[in-house]
Formats: sequence, structure tokens, C-alpha cells
Amino acid sequence: MSSRLPRWLISVTLAVYAFLHLPLLVLVAFSFNDSKFSASWVGFTLDWYYRLFQRPDIMRGLKASLIVGGASTVVSAVLGTLVALALARHRFRGRTALEGFLYVPIVTPEIVVGISLLILFALAKIPLGLTTIIIAHVAFCLSFVVIVVLARLEGMDQNLEEAAMILGADEITTFWKVTVPQLWPGILSGALLAFTMSFDDFVITSFVSGSGSSTLPIVVYGMVRRNIEPSINAISTIILLVTTALIYLADRLTREK
Amino acid sequence: MASPRQRILGWLHPRPQARAWLLVAPGTLWLLVFFLVPILIMLVYSVMPRGIYGGVDPGFTLEHYRRFFDPLYLDILQRTFVWSVACTVICLVLGYPVAYVIARAGRWKSFLLFLVVLPFWTSFLVRTFAMIFLLRDTGLINNWLVKLGVDPIAMLYTPFAVMAGLVYGFLPFMVLPIYASLEKLDLSLLEAAEVLGARPTERFRRVTLPLSMPGVVAGCLLVFIPALGSFLTSDLLGGAKQMMIGNLVQNQFSAARNWPFGSAASFIVMALVLAAVMLYLKVKDREQAKAT
Amino acid sequence: MVASPPPASLSAPVVQLAHVTKTFGDVKAVNDVSLDIQRGEFFSMLGPSGCGKTTTLRLLAGFEQPDEDGGEVRLMGEVVNRRRPYERKVAMVFQNYALFPHLSVERNVAFGLEQRKLPKAQIADRVRHALQMVRLDPDVFARRMPSQLSGGQRQRVALARALVLEPAILLLDEPLGAIDLKLRKEMQLELKALNKQLGTTFVYVTHDQEEALTMSDRIAVMDNARVAQLGTPAEIYENPRTAFVAKFIGESNFLEGQARRSGEDWQLEWAYGGCARLPAHPGLRDGNTIRIAVRPEWMDVWRPDEVPAGENAVGGTIEDVIYLGETMHVLVRVPHAGTVTVAVRNEGQLIKPLPWKRGDQAAVAWLPEDCQILEDD
Repeated sequence: MSSRLPRWLISVTLAVYAFLHLPLLVLVAFSFNDSKFSASWVGFTLDWYYRLFQRPDIMRGLKASLIVGGASTVVSAVLGTLVALALARHRFRGRTALEGFLYVPIVTPEIVVGISLLILFALAKIPLGLTTIIIAHVAFCLSFVVIVVLARLEGMDQNLEEAAMILGADEITTFWKVTVPQLWPGILSGALLAFTMSFDDFVITSFVSGSGSSTLPIVVYGMVRRNIEPSINAISTIILLVTTALIYLADRLTREK
Repeated sequence: MASPRQRILGWLHPRPQARAWLLVAPGTLWLLVFFLVPILIMLVYSVMPRGIYGGVDPGFTLEHYRRFFDPLYLDILQRTFVWSVACTVICLVLGYPVAYVIARAGRWKSFLLFLVVLPFWTSFLVRTFAMIFLLRDTGLINNWLVKLGVDPIAMLYTPFAVMAGLVYGFLPFMVLPIYASLEKLDLSLLEAAEVLGARPTERFRRVTLPLSMPGVVAGCLLVFIPALGSFLTSDLLGGAKQMMIGNLVQNQFSAARNWPFGSAASFIVMALVLAAVMLYLKVKDREQAKAT
Repeated sequence: MVASPPPASLSAPVVQLAHVTKTFGDVKAVNDVSLDIQRGEFFSMLGPSGCGKTTTLRLLAGFEQPDEDGGEVRLMGEVVNRRRPYERKVAMVFQNYALFPHLSVERNVAFGLEQRKLPKAQIADRVRHALQMVRLDPDVFARRMPSQLSGGQRQRVALARALVLEPAILLLDEPLGAIDLKLRKEMQLELKALNKQLGTTFVYVTHDQEEALTMSDRIAVMDNARVAQLGTPAEIYENPRTAFVAKFIGESNFLEGQARRSGEDWQLEWAYGGCARLPAHPGLRDGNTIRIAVRPEWMDVWRPDEVPAGENAVGGTIEDVIYLGETMHVLVRVPHAGTVTVAVRNEGQLIKPLPWKRGDQAAVAWLPEDCQILEDD
């Protein structure tokens, strides 16, 4: 059977790939452009990157993003792993309802999540700040962690846990000495995913952060809105690199057997 | 003589339900309190009258929902819906060939897939900014047009820009599910069709396309839903004139200060999304019933 | 490191199942099963998939519990129904080895010893010894990871991991299933040797009847959640009690007729006329319809008029002669009884060929005492 693809098909595909990647490549390229008005190439410079480090708002935003990312990742990873364990190894009443319920945050539009939490915090008189951001991020990252860890759990040989038990390890020992080492790449992968989503989030964060607790995306949004200068390209490039690295890592982790 | 640990394990062992619920409790509680309850409160807010400072006063009213029959808001609803559908169609037309090529790519499969997935995971904000950078009046494209002696085109703050941004943002969501179902396609079916005399277009139409339908439907759903609820794209690329429901909602919680109305708008988005999901599930069930 | 059996009463069974039932949903996976396993025995549970043998093994291990009123499981005399696997003194080898992928061979084997909090030096020593016992050179294999081993090597490590604990009882769940034929035969002999050498009771689950017959001291043939027959390999093979056992173990020909008393002797009357002599059997009642099983190798094929005196015979037509190497199978079509298979030793078809051709008239004969009177399933 002829397995060569028609040329028009390949052209369309290449065009789509170009469409997907060229804008980003251009963005990155122009972060090194020695011109404030950024539309034509003047010369190479790292100036815009240096300027980033001199901007207190960027540094504060980065710090906030890292704190929020770290905290929400840890919480999502722990809670998500526990839920995945229950779903994979136990049959219980309400299980299908829970499985369905876990998918709802994934399809719910970000504005809905954002404003509903804003309403909650306002009603409960909880001041907006890093804590509220962390709470919100855990809420939308949790389901993803469950899915990733669950996939890993279901691929895991259940006999391993039985083997440990018949060798004298009780449930808790088995969990730490056999289940967790097996699960670790899955948990790490889920955590990296959660961190990436948290680090990149704008919409939800914009609703639940107070004026003093801007994360990096919020700062960048402000920059885009107010005044276009190549510093935005620079910070975008950095964000892209960090995200790419994390996703690549998460991908490798889920691959290894 | 049993240690506390042994006693706890001993108690838990004959109670599989208790064990499961113990594990599930923290995560479920978090989602209930910080996801479900807020949405319910938002629903309640949407039927309460507006208070002085933009909050709510006690009472019950459907006026916020009734406002959506105003031409101004109907317009926004319609625009959102139409653009979401258009975006889905464009993504399908562009995404299906890509998925097809990847599925037949052999050694290159995982690399090509990774290239598609990568933009999907990077910051939406950054990707939207990339679009701005290209489409601005002083942006890259216009810069080249000027150099070529052509007048610059105003691309930003037009429906075209928003559509470009939407497609750019959601295209990977279309490619992945279609790829997944094409991957499972048994090539021997196509060979059989060829032996029976079917030409390439016929083979595609009668074998490949129907069998890839589950992926197509899933992909459409995965694009349509976020498009409905999208906010950032129309905000940064569309400006004030190209308002989608997402922008309306955001507006009510900032400048316009009308939380109940914003809640109603938000709830409408949610309802549209849920309707789309239920439709998808029904179609999936019907397809599965047909297959068995 | 030979395990010396404790001086307690040697006749007390180490494993006892008393009317054990285990239900999953609506299905009884184990239905009123009772058996005793003696110390040091190589005991096999044999049957087709779904017969309950693996569930029974898991009941012994503690991965499943009997139903509320589902009988008692006793190990070394104690009722262990509710005991967790880590509280039972049994060891187990799994079908897919279940080696911990993140631990080296020696860490795998040491796992159980570490749980018992033995001193490191002692652990190292016993691990070494265990690997040698399963014929894996510790210096070569100790540091390797399971992913670097072949299937046969992994199975040996799994065995070492279990035996290093010097258990009184070793459970084996179809451990040789994934191993190729030649290696399997080698390991069957090794397992048998280990059983005798260590004095450990082996409880072995398999669906391969040859394997069970080769290795076991006694076999419990299971069918549909019950024990169909319990006995030594010879008893199971030569005196199958039910049609299931006769069919599952080796091959059998089945013939049916009515039992008739004739003075001191019993006869089997065929429905279409003629009869055969039956050995005495307590279950025989005049007029009852009974089935007998006759194994192909207990039968012989003769020309209709050359059947030796004293033997039972039925006439038929030769349908086929099949060459199997060591034996020849002669298929004879017997009216009202279908096709009967007769196994004849191959004395060299090139030198001394069998005289049978398709379509020949022949008689299938057997000695009266060589048939098995079957009970209902």
C-alpha cells in the first residue's frame, strides 16, 4: 500500500507547525534586539535581560510565583496522590461520583473558578494575598495530579505490594518501601505539571490576588497592557525556557518504566 | 500488646470503606470547599439584587438573567458563541491534517507530538503576547509590509486578531485527540479497502474519517469549551469592542462593580460548557452502544 | 541451612482448610473446600482457570478472607482467618515474580529479613546462602537489578527471596508459567529437590497436569470452586473418580451403559446390545446408568475375531492412525459411542508397521479391571 503522504498534506502540516512556533521564536529572537521599538532588527544585546533584574516589580513577582508555585505544588501533590491511591486500590461507595467530580475543575472555565473564589473570600472576609492564590491554585491543579498519578498507579504491578506484605511488611511499610518508590516518577511528573500550571496562571490569579501580591504573570500582564518594550520579550523568553524545561522533565519521567 | 500502629491498621483492615474515605477526604474536602461551594454561592448571588457597592442585597430577582435579552448582551453572547464555533472549525481544518501526518510519521511521532504539545503547556499569556508582537500596528508583520512598500494593516483589536489568537491558543487541543484515535486505526482496514478497489479519497471518507470520529468529537469539545470561556485573548487582542462573555464577567468584577450580574454571566458560561459536555457524553454513549 | 521440623506431632497437618467458602459478588470462587496438607509435602492444586485454585492459595496467604460463615483456615494448628499476610508465617512465589524493580537482587532477597530486623551481617550471610541454593552465583548476581535478569533468573531470585526466610510453608502461584519448556522441566526437578532437601511444605498451584503429576506428593484437582478429587498422582491418574478428572488429567475414552448384576459379577450392558464385564464397585446398583472411563493406553486394537479371552471388546471401524513418535494413536469409530482413541506403543513403523488402515473392521479391547467407574461430577 502506498504509504507516502501527499505533498499538500505535508505542506499544510509544516505551515501549521510554523504557525505554532514562529511567533514564539520571533518573540525570543527580538528579546535580544537592541532597539526599544522592537519591530526591526538592530543589533544583539542582553540589555533587556539585565533590566529585568533591576526591576523590583519583576523580582517581587518572580518571588511570589515561586512561593505560590512551591506551596500549591506540594499540597496538590500530597492530596492528589492520596486520592489517586484510593481510586486505584479501593472500591468504595461514591467512587464514580468522585471520578466525575474530579473532571469538573478541568472543564470549568478559569473566569468561573476565579470569580467564584473571589466571592467566597469576600464573603468569608478572607484578605486576598498569597494564601488565597495558593488555595485557588491547589483547587485547579489537584485534578491533574490525580490523573497523572492514577495513570501510573494503574500501570503498576499490584503483586509488588502483596509480595511486600507476605514478606512481613505491614500496609504502612509497604507504602513507603514499595509503592512510593514505584510511584515516584508519577508523583514528580504530576508535581511538575502542577507547578507549571501554577507558575503560568493568570486569569484565576488575577481575581484572587490582592494589590500587594502580584505573581509574575500579573506583572507581565501589566507590562503588556501599559507599555510594550522588549523587557516583555525577555521575561517571556525566560518563562518559556523554564516551562519547556519542566514539561520536558515531566515527559521524560512519565516515559521511564 | 499491640502498638498504636498495629491497632490502627487492625481497625482499618476490615473497613475498606473507611480506608478509602480517609485517603480521599482531604482532597475531596478541598475541592468541595474551594471549588463547588464557591460556584454554588456564585449561583445564589446571580439571583440576588445588586447592593450599593456592587455586592448583593438580600432578596431574589431574575433581572440579571433578563438583561441578557438586551441586544447589547445578546450581541456578546452571540459573538462568543459564533467565534467559539468558528475557532473550533478552523482548528479542525488545520488540526486534522497535522494529526494525520503525525500518526503516519513512524520514527518521528514522539518528536512531532512533543512539538505540538509544547506550546500548549507554555504560558497562555506569553503566547498571546507573541500574537500581539506580530499583529501590532508597529509589529513585525506590519514592519515587513512597510518595508515591502505596502501600507500597514490594522490587525490588532479586530475580530481577525481575536480569531487568530483563539486558534493559536487552542489548536494543540484539537490535534492530540484526533491523533490518538488515528493512531489506533488498523492499517489493514485501509489495505482491505484498497484491495476492494477504493481510491484514496474514498478510503479516507469511508474508513479513516468515520473511525477517527471519536477523536474529532473530543477535539472539538476540547477547543469549544475553553473558547467559550476565554477572556485573555479577547482582552489583549480584541480591545473593548470585541467583547466576549469572559470579558463581560471580568468587567462586572472590576470597573462596572456588579457582582450579581457578573455571577449571572459567569453562570451562563458554565451552563453552556456543561451543556456541551453532556452532549458529548450522550454522543459518546450512543456511539459506544452502536459499536457493541 | 536445612530447616529442621519442630519436634511437635509429626502427623498434625500444617495447613487445614475446613469448609472454606469465598464469594465475590454473586460468584462463589471457593465453595466448601476442605483439605489437609501434611508437613513437608509437595501439595498441588490443579485445575483449569477459574476453578478456584488461585483464590484458595490467596486465602492461605491472607490476601483474601473467607466469607463470614465461610469455614476456617488453619496454619500450624492456629485459625488465621482474619490474620494479615504479614502476620502469617508463610512465604510466597508469584506468577510474574513480583521482584521489586527499584531494588537490587540482594536487596530483594534481604527484604523479608530486614522486616524481621535481623543484624546486617546475618542478613548478608543468609542472602548469599539463599542465592547459592537457587544456583545463582552471589558474586555475579547480587548487585544486578531485576530488569537485567532473564525470566528464569528472576524466578530463582523470587524463590530465594521466599526461602531465605526459612518458612514452614511455601506458596507457589504458577511460578513456571512464563518460562520456556526446557527450562521449565529443569526447574520442576529443582523445586522438587528443594522441597525434599529443606523439608518445607510446598503448596503449588498450576493448570498444567503434567507438571502436577511430575512434582507432587498429592494433588487436589479442582473444578468450579470445589475439590473434584484429592490423591496421589497415581490415584488421580489411574483411578479418576469423575468424568471431569478423567478428562482433565491425561486422555480418556468414555462409554456408557446399564449396570446389571449377574450372580457374583457385574456387567455393563450397552444400549445397543452386547455387554462388558465390570470390576466390583460399591456404588453399583442394578439397573443404574453408569459411565466408565478407559484410558487409551489401557486399550488395544485387534481384528474382530482375534480378541483375547477375558477381555472386554467393542467393535468398530478404523477412522485414522496418528503418528506421535513414542506412541501411535488409533482412532476407532464405535457405533453409539463415538470415536475411541487407542494408544499403542510405536515399535517402529518402518520395521514393524501397524496393520490398520482407514475403513478396516476392528475391535477395541481392554481388561475389565482397567476401567474406571465414574461418579457424578
